[in-house]
Amino acid sequence: MWRPCGVMDETYSEDLAIVRTPEHWMLTVAALGMLALLPFLVSGVTLNTLNYIAITIVALHGVNILTGLTGQITLGQASFMAIGAYAMTMMVRYWGLSFWVATPLAMAVTGLAGVVIGLPSLRIKGFYLAMATLAAQFIVPWMIVNIRPDLTGGTDTMTVPAPTIGGFHLTSQQSIFYLSATIAVLSTVFARNVMRSRFGRAFVAIRDNDVAAEIMGIRVVRYKLLSFWLCSLYAGLAGCLYAIWMRGISVEHFTLHESIWYLGMLIVGGMGSVPGVILGAILIRGLTILVTYIGPWISGFLPPGTGTVIELGLGPIVFGLVVLGFLIFEPRGLARIWERFKTFYRLWPYSY
Amino acid sequence: MRFLQYLLTGLLTGGIYGLIGLAIVIIYKSTKVFNFAVGALMTFCALICVGLVVRIGLPFWAALPASLGFACVLGFLTERLGMRPLLAQPILTLIMATLAIESILYGMMVIIWEGYTISFPHGLLPGKTIFIGPLFIPHEFLYAFVVAVIAFVAVGLFFFKTHTGLKMRVTAESHEVAMALGINITRIFSMSWMLAAAVGALAGVFIGNRLGLQVAITPSLAFKALPAIIFGGLDSVAGAIIGGFTVGIVEKLAGGYIDPNVAEITPYIILLLVLIVRPQGLFGEERIERI
Repeated sequence: MWRPCGVMDETYSEDLAIVRTPEHWMLTVAALGMLALLPFLVSGVTLNTLNYIAITIVALHGVNILTGLTGQITLGQASFMAIGAYAMTMMVRYWGLSFWVATPLAMAVTGLAGVVIGLPSLRIKGFYLAMATLAAQFIVPWMIVNIRPDLTGGTDTMTVPAPTIGGFHLTSQQSIFYLSATIAVLSTVFARNVMRSRFGRAFVAIRDNDVAAEIMGIRVVRYKLLSFWLCSLYAGLAGCLYAIWMRGISVEHFTLHESIWYLGMLIVGGMGSVPGVILGAILIRGLTILVTYIGPWISGFLPPGTGTVIELGLGPIVFGLVVLGFLIFEPRGLARIWERFKTFYRLWPYSY
Repeated sequence: MRFLQYLLTGLLTGGIYGLIGLAIVIIYKSTKVFNFAVGALMTFCALICVGLVVRIGLPFWAALPASLGFACVLGFLTERLGMRPLLAQPILTLIMATLAIESILYGMMVIIWEGYTISFPHGLLPGKTIFIGPLFIPHEFLYAFVVAVIAFVAVGLFFFKTHTGLKMRVTAESHEVAMALGINITRIFSMSWMLAAAVGALAGVFIGNRLGLQVAITPSLAFKALPAIIFGGLDSVAGAIIGGFTVGIVEKLAGGYIDPNVAEITPYIILLLVLIVRPQGLFGEERIERI
């Protein structure tokens, strides 16, 4: 990894550290402090968006581990989120568990489902595996709606009780922001550590060539399933957060469309990169919000009677163009642009 | 008798799945790109066809070729602007590119046609539902079935009897070999996208005649064609049609005998089973991997 001149590692723990220099520490503390202060600085819609971004980051880390690191394409992340969200809500509503107990259990359920859906990956890969996860994306919402509609509410929205902490109900956007931001930060640290561990390297080996990885002694079966498991744990967690953020869930929230957007965010951010996950989630979700403001402005220029739904259509168009643009011009995404910028400012004012 | 009815309806619906599947297979065969945008493409062209009939007042026999021509243009533009810069990229890039194109087309359709159900004027196709004893056959589906069979035969002849078809098959075998033999593979890619878009548009028009078109729903019908082609084999024209019929029939039988709700996901259950048991499909070619 790139480091400024004069930073020497004298112990193994220094060599392993993520945060290395005093400046680094200052920046990290300042960033965390900013995050803690944010709910007081912004309000309403912005805070709502920030919550959405935080939840997206959690889900996207899962996609990154599975698709970015292990190379198993998933078109089913939203269905995993649905499993997590519904499992948590049902445990809270029918078993009377608290949110804090139900969430790990829901994650476990999602993890199990993820391993089951990952089973075909042992035989098929690439495009065929994308098909299998696509099938999951259709089957899971169907099961939620049709198998026990008396428990899941069928296609209706199921309300989610607000979690409590020491008698305090987490209902306001601010309190949910603290929860979701904390979880987003922790899951980022975890994802970063997965990447540089034995597991992360095994995942990358499988992505690059699974036959070669197997010959080198990596247990492909175990690591592929592990990757699916981790991915769905993240999805389950994100689903639980989503449920308490929306305070009501229905299968309409977890569509194929959402799963595709997660993949798109990963492309825009940069595959297999942790900063990329954060940048991609912020860019795409930010653009979506921007479009809802720009849409009415554009339709003001159009003749009356046309363009009434322009903000509905503009979102997908912008998303598609951005993803296509990144695929063609910067396939390694925002993370690569960020790396280039870092190199630039470290050497500034010299060019090299 | 109920069984026969389900079999018949399934066979006729399967024709449409087969047609959509054919559109995917044509592109996959020559470019190795899996086209997820086929649903949006076909809906777009079908909506254009409705527009020509309703707004401009063209007769159906003139509007249909016009919309197929539009499909060719759309397919050409898609390939030229979206897929050409991504030649020989990893599979995820290609999948994501077609999904991005689907997203763009979807957004355009939402803006142009909004969210309403748009149907062809009633009785556009001559004839009406045919009754044979207790069996009934919706004539729109019958047309779709006949057109699907004709399209299948035509595409088959095109692939196996014409010079261009031969070039396409060589390109499918190996891009490098094709280039070494002096085949202009980028032109082949353009042609297969245009052909596939036209075949897809045909499917879209028949869906529109029977069920009406809705921007949010119709594109997702194309996903039901995926099990059909996986079942038949991704690179097989015959497989697409046979897979389409099979999926259509099984879907209707499951819907009729088990539960109407089950019909929705039967194709995907078939898909999972095929993927686990025989990933290359019935007629697909098994690829042996080397390092």
